[in-house]
Amino acid sequence: MSSSLRREDVAKVAQLARLSLSDDELDKFTEQLGQVLEHANDMGTLNLENVVATAHPFGLINVVRDDVVRPSLDRSEVLAMAPDARDGRFAVPRIMGEAP
Amino acid sequence: MTLPNGWEIVVGLEVHTELKTATKMFCGCANRFGAEPNTNVCPVCLGLPGSLPVLNVRAVDLAMAIGMALHCTIAPSTFHRKNYFYPDMPKDFQISQYDLPINKGGYLDLPDASRVSIERAHLEEDTGKSTHLGGSGRIHGADRSLVDYNRSGVPLVEIVSGPDIRSSSQARAYASELRGILIATGASDGRMEEGSMRIDANVSVRQADAEFGTRCEIKNLNSLRSLQRAIDYEAMRQVELIEAGGTVRQETRHWDEILGATSTMRIKEEADDYRYFREPDLVDLAPDQAWQDRIRSQLGPMPAQRRRELTARLTSATQAQLDAVEVVIDLGLDRLVNYAADGGADVSLALSRAANELAGGIEGVDRLTPEAFCATVLMEQRGELSSTQAKTVLGELLASGGDPHAIAGTMGFEQLSSDSLGETVDELIERHPDEWTRYREGDEKLAQFFIGQVMKATKGRANGKAVIAELQARR
Repeated sequence: MSSSLRREDVAKVAQLARLSLSDDELDKFTEQLGQVLEHANDMGTLNLENVVATAHPFGLINVVRDDVVRPSLDRSEVLAMAPDARDGRFAVPRIMGEAP
Repeated sequence: MTLPNGWEIVVGLEVHTELKTATKMFCGCANRFGAEPNTNVCPVCLGLPGSLPVLNVRAVDLAMAIGMALHCTIAPSTFHRKNYFYPDMPKDFQISQYDLPINKGGYLDLPDASRVSIERAHLEEDTGKSTHLGGSGRIHGADRSLVDYNRSGVPLVEIVSGPDIRSSSQARAYASELRGILIATGASDGRMEEGSMRIDANVSVRQADAEFGTRCEIKNLNSLRSLQRAIDYEAMRQVELIEAGGTVRQETRHWDEILGATSTMRIKEEADDYRYFREPDLVDLAPDQAWQDRIRSQLGPMPAQRRRELTARLTSATQAQLDAVEVVIDLGLDRLVNYAADGGADVSLALSRAANELAGGIEGVDRLTPEAFCATVLMEQRGELSSTQAKTVLGELLASGGDPHAIAGTMGFEQLSSDSLGETVDELIERHPDEWTRYREGDEKLAQFFIGQVMKATKGRANGKAVIAELQARR
């Protein structure tokens, strides 16, 4: 598996996660991530034909709450946590265009 | 609009609708449009560490109601994280449904009898709202964007159609019919201007029966009119590009209502760039048959059925009446028209009063009981109120509610008895012999003259139709 994980893949994943990695780090993480994937790949040697994928260990379904309003936080308390705020809103570095 | 040289438009629509719940999708903050910024926020919808989401049962009810109205299969479903970096989502991911949506595979029939397939209608949370400040850089903060998280976590259903739409007018009809269904299910108020219903259009062009072309996704369609204009513009842009030897690039484009044009917003990312993965903090959603049956039993008739039923009450409907039916169905006033008709009112008169007077004062319609509406229409029909007086009474009912007979009395709308009207007409004929002769000789315009004189003499208490009847009886 490690041989199939390319340096470009790691660079792309890092870019998507907004991580800036040096060339050395890219080499290092390609190696390490490759080992992790290789370990996960061990599963491929098992016969799992009749095993259902498990997303949650408890087998719970339909955990819901009633549609009842509960108190929200105090705005001044909320905005005090932010590095910058204006006009009751969080101020962030200017963003262009719309969300994905 | 028809495209030149055998080109055909192919459109699929993604409609996002905010659900009319009391609270957000995963926390107890109020779901309310127009509140002061960042007053409906908590650790969950601000994405603070350690907070955990719990699904709102009402959001599930409404999502299922939408799915049922669109003939979808209700399926066991899961939640995923859609990861991206943008400050409108403080968690840096949006919780959505990915490969297993709650509603799959339905359809929507349009008034022109065409059918558009529904691929899915899934639950997801809305994002916060950002405001961009001007960019001169001189004023402090001009290089900032401001974010309000009141909308962050508001429950949404995204309804994805198949690529079955073949014209901008069909796209508009689809969006309009879907809006009616969303309102009828109680899931949405359908207010596009407030952003509670938002549409993205996937547009491509092809030669008839050829494979689908590369599509562009158009955003910022804030009205049905924008939707239609944007699709026409975008299809023509793609045709011109291809005919000039270019190729369409898959991208997201922004509709500018003022310029009447689309422009590149960003090159489309691959779906897996969002690195979807299962939301570990939420369990599977699999409503059982009893839950589904309860929701299904609460579903009222959808607009198509209501339109058919109301139209069937009209004997040979005119185009104006069909237009009135659309208005009445759209605003949910057919309930009042049907009640009045069942109570003996003339359907076309009730329809006209609903499509005009009630639609014009729609914000007060909750004050108007079906009984009061029926009674007012009947009073007009019997000639106890003139049409102007009936409209005034309806206006008063919409403004303050009450009883139409009492309102008519208070406003001095008790009509003249036919005896005293007859006397007034006799007097006026005597006073205007020349006009009367011309009227008798066939000059119909003089009827208006006499009506005017009667109105003047009775201070507007007479009914125009009754005056004409009196005149004709003496001709």
